Amino acid sequence: MGPNNDTAGFAEMAMPHLDAAYNLARWLTRDPADASDVVQEAMLRALRFFGSFRGGNGKSWLLAIVRNTAIDWIRANRPAQIAPAPADDSDPFENIADEGDDPEAALIRVSDRRQIDRLIAALPTEFRECLVLRELEELSYKEIAAVTGVPLGTVMSRLSRARLLLQRALVRENAQ
Amino acid sequence: MTQRIDHAEAKALMQASLDGELDAMSQLRFDAHLADCPACTAEYARLKALSVAVRTQATRYVAPAELRAALAKALPLDVQDPPKPSNVVPLRRWFRPAGAGFAVGAALAASLAVMIDTRNADDMLATSIVTAHVRALQPGHLTDVQISDQHQVKPWFDGKIDFAPPVKELSDQGFDLVGGRLDYIDGREAAVIVYRRKLHMIDLFVTHASHGGGHPDSLPAAHATPSGYNVVRWSDNGQDYWAISDLNRNELGDFAKAWLGR
Repeated sequence: MGPNNDTAGFAEMAMPHLDAAYNLARWLTRDPADASDVVQEAMLRALRFFGSFRGGNGKSWLLAIVRNTAIDWIRANRPAQIAPAPADDSDPFENIADEGDDPEAALIRVSDRRQIDRLIAALPTEFRECLVLRELEELSYKEIAAVTGVPLGTVMSRLSRARLLLQRALVRENAQ
Repeated sequence: MTQRIDHAEAKALMQASLDGELDAMSQLRFDAHLADCPACTAEYARLKALSVAVRTQATRYVAPAELRAALAKALPLDVQDPPKPSNVVPLRRWFRPAGAGFAVGAALAASLAVMIDTRNADDMLATSIVTAHVRALQPGHLTDVQISDQHQVKPWFDGKIDFAPPVKELSDQGFDLVGGRLDYIDGREAAVIVYRRKLHMIDLFVTHASHGGGHPDSLPAAHATPSGYNVVRWSDNGQDYWAISDLNRNELGDFAKAWLGR
């Protein structure tokens, strides 16, 4: 097995997940050109690390590298976007509807595709990544924990927070 | 009798229920609470609507062609042989071993796109079966009907799908029948019959055969997928079968043989 075979093996494993990799990078960087740069860099890193990949979940493995590459990129180029992690680990079971229940809020109306994209893009990075991995990539909590490198309880609380913020933003905008 | 849960506990379980992450018992208890709590029912509906809105309306970005081309240059990849159309799907083509069947291609820039776009349909199918299997392994998702008796599993499928998947009792050969569920593979309805060998779950996906198909002329052999699961595929009597498991290849091959009665 030469290096070429390793590369082919890597491509076989990684390329089916290229769209998922790009989608995550695109949502994290919020810019198409930056997302392409991040994915290229992540693929090269992944190829370098491929020797240490011992089977298992290829998608999670690759997305974790894409995620870390994207966060490194944002830190280097847009440091203001990475705020210090909020203290969201205190109550992993915190859920939506901790506010008074407004009957109007029951109606989740989305005026168009651009609106929901814009509101998700406005979420803080650590909430946005959980939401994208769960709803768009359909990863399990465990897989999201593996990709983002945080405990399961934190994944749950971030996801809950992301949904709460998104719901509030939708209700606020569409009530006007 | 399931133990009742209070309002606070139901709230704590709500998101996990929405995301299909509850074990069967917690799910039952949550459902029971929902049945007589209008507040939780409304809140659950709201969460569900939000989730659906995100899934259906948010953009899933697709890697641009230029990125694929740039990656093709960066990674010294070769072009995969285009798969030849064939009535009989060679069992060994499921996932080629790394490097096998690759030839040096002239158009490197296009190679990655070629490789993706021409991945043969079976590879895509295998990927979606792996995905379905992994999803099913999440707590509470394994089986819709959990009965270890073929006479109960078989009628359960009646009226749910338009074909009758054979449900075989193989416990005398070390494969215990656990139950069944419905799934979708590549847009087709599939009956999934779930077996267990020791601690390993085996999902047997059954669909209408994609191309006719009589009795297999050779014994199927199991193959590893890149994600580490082993898969074995065969066709029999107009139906396609895929067995997937983290069981080792030999034993999964034994499962196929046992099922085929050989």
